[in-house]
Amino acid sequence: MAFLQLHALSKRYGAVDAVVATDLAVEKGEFVSLLGPSGCGKTTTLQMIAGFVDVSGGQILLDGRDITHAKPASRGLGVVFQSYALFPHMSVRDNVAFGLKMRKVPTAEIASKVKTVLELVRLAPHADRYPRELSGGQRQRVALARALVIEPPVLLLDEPLSNLDANLREEMQFEIRRIQCAVGITTLMVTHDQAEALSISDRVVVMQAGRVTQIDAPYKLYEHPRTRFISDFVGKANLLPGDYDQLGTPQVRHESGDGELTLSLRPEKIQLVDAGTGRLQGKVLDSYFFGSQWLYRIHTSLGEITVVRSNDGSAPLGCGAAVGLDWQASLLRVLAADEVRA
Amino acid sequence: MSRGYLLSLPALVLFVGLLILPLGLTLVLSFNVFDYQVGVKADEWTFAHYLSLFSDAYFYEIFWRTFWISALVTLLCVVIGVPEAYILSRMGTPWRSIFLILILTPLLISVVVRAFGWSLLLGADGLVNQVIQFLGGRPVKLLYTPFAVIIALVHVMLPFMIIPVWTSLQKLDPSAEQAALSLGASQTTVMRRIVLPQVMPGVLSGTLIVFGLAASSFAIPGLLGGRRLKMVATVVYDQYLSELNWPMGATIAVVLLLVNLLIMLSWNRMVEGRYKKSLGV
Repeated sequence: MAFLQLHALSKRYGAVDAVVATDLAVEKGEFVSLLGPSGCGKTTTLQMIAGFVDVSGGQILLDGRDITHAKPASRGLGVVFQSYALFPHMSVRDNVAFGLKMRKVPTAEIASKVKTVLELVRLAPHADRYPRELSGGQRQRVALARALVIEPPVLLLDEPLSNLDANLREEMQFEIRRIQCAVGITTLMVTHDQAEALSISDRVVVMQAGRVTQIDAPYKLYEHPRTRFISDFVGKANLLPGDYDQLGTPQVRHESGDGELTLSLRPEKIQLVDAGTGRLQGKVLDSYFFGSQWLYRIHTSLGEITVVRSNDGSAPLGCGAAVGLDWQASLLRVLAADEVRA
Repeated sequence: MSRGYLLSLPALVLFVGLLILPLGLTLVLSFNVFDYQVGVKADEWTFAHYLSLFSDAYFYEIFWRTFWISALVTLLCVVIGVPEAYILSRMGTPWRSIFLILILTPLLISVVVRAFGWSLLLGADGLVNQVIQFLGGRPVKLLYTPFAVIIALVHVMLPFMIIPVWTSLQKLDPSAEQAALSLGASQTTVMRRIVLPQVMPGVLSGTLIVFGLAASSFAIPGLLGGRRLKMVATVVYDQYLSELNWPMGATIAVVLLLVNLLIMLSWNRMVEGRYKKSLGV
């Protein structure tokens, strides 16, 4: 049996269904992300697991124990909040020690545990500072340390990186993953940022309008998105009309009109070739430079197509340049219609 | 530079004309000689009023009574106002505004009107005594007791406690309370260790305002304390208008101001000193 299990977990606010019959099984030591647009119910799910929101229906099992209606204090989970929720009137040391004091851990043991965890998050020199004297990233580390020091069975992260600027966010991503691996703690993270979810999770749970629409490893999720919504939300995708050919393989339909299939083609799977060759002809509309890669928007008879080409040192294409587009047919993905409206 | 001074001139004129000047005149007056036959002798100076103030047990009693009543009123305002502000800050959208207005509306009614309202309720034949008699009890003397003064002062001062506390509660991160709960704290521990320390600046301003206003309050002790139960402000009034001894009245007023200032400054230092480091005030 999985370590943390949700059985048909639901939450209703009046007539609004925030979370609908959600099932999830998280294995011990696993890092799972709940990914979805705002209002999809991912934070509500996390809050139900933490015990801050009452459950309308279903069950939460932690290591076989039913904690559906347990008080937050008795669940003993580590929670890191979006706002960090540090205690502003306590020093870093006191913030981290708070959970241990509540557990009536002996003073000497508190001191050594706080010291160890502050070293883990690389904040040992700042133990006597107050939260207002720390940078955003440092506050984030204090929040992590405070949640980890009580050695919780599960660590819950609610949008932990959304208040940080881009550079710091990437750094903290690595940091969170490093700490999670070092401690080996089962972790559930809520995020609306697909890149964040893909980069550090073992598995990603995509939520949409209160329902789970796909659960997969990041690579699988990216390569085999089940629906149109997921292929659009996770990474960039070109959506093309298509049909099955005589052999039953999906093909892009070149005539006008909707095909019977919706096909997804990732921008980096398309090669730019000389005009006149390839499967499709087009003209460069505009280009964007990201350092390691170029992003082109290309006007074709199938509409606008986005192509990503890695920066291999060759000269970039200018606006208006005629190009051919080519791809391997096996990289086309057939998408199911969206069963839920976001 | 001159432009800055010019712009602050209206405020400066107001401040000097309405505060510094009258206070200065009161201070000067308190050193003037008083004669029951001729009144104030503007060009003769004496310390006699201060000497008689400090040597008369009657004044000590009045000052002590003013102090303990104000301190008790302040304490009651903290005990009632802080939870009230907390509940207010946790209310939903329509109710919060409605209750905030309810708390503020008493400020729109004159203190005199409210004091008369209390005297109607607490009088010998007032509503409270009627209820007591109806229930078979004997009428109790409520009006013209410290009880009447304290209950009316708490009623009047409560908004001055609730508003600053409410303001500092607004700055609280609600998820900090959730964090404490998730770390194993009970609801009472959250209040004591997380919420209260963070609203201390608000409680401090509230206590300063309430104590200052209560110690110098005039209408309520005047109307609900009656002729016997005097507080400093009512004694000042008596000296000016009954005894016509203006210099003595001025002396008591100056001493009240100084004592009030001393108490409030030391209280401020004491509380702020304790929370300075942790709250960064």
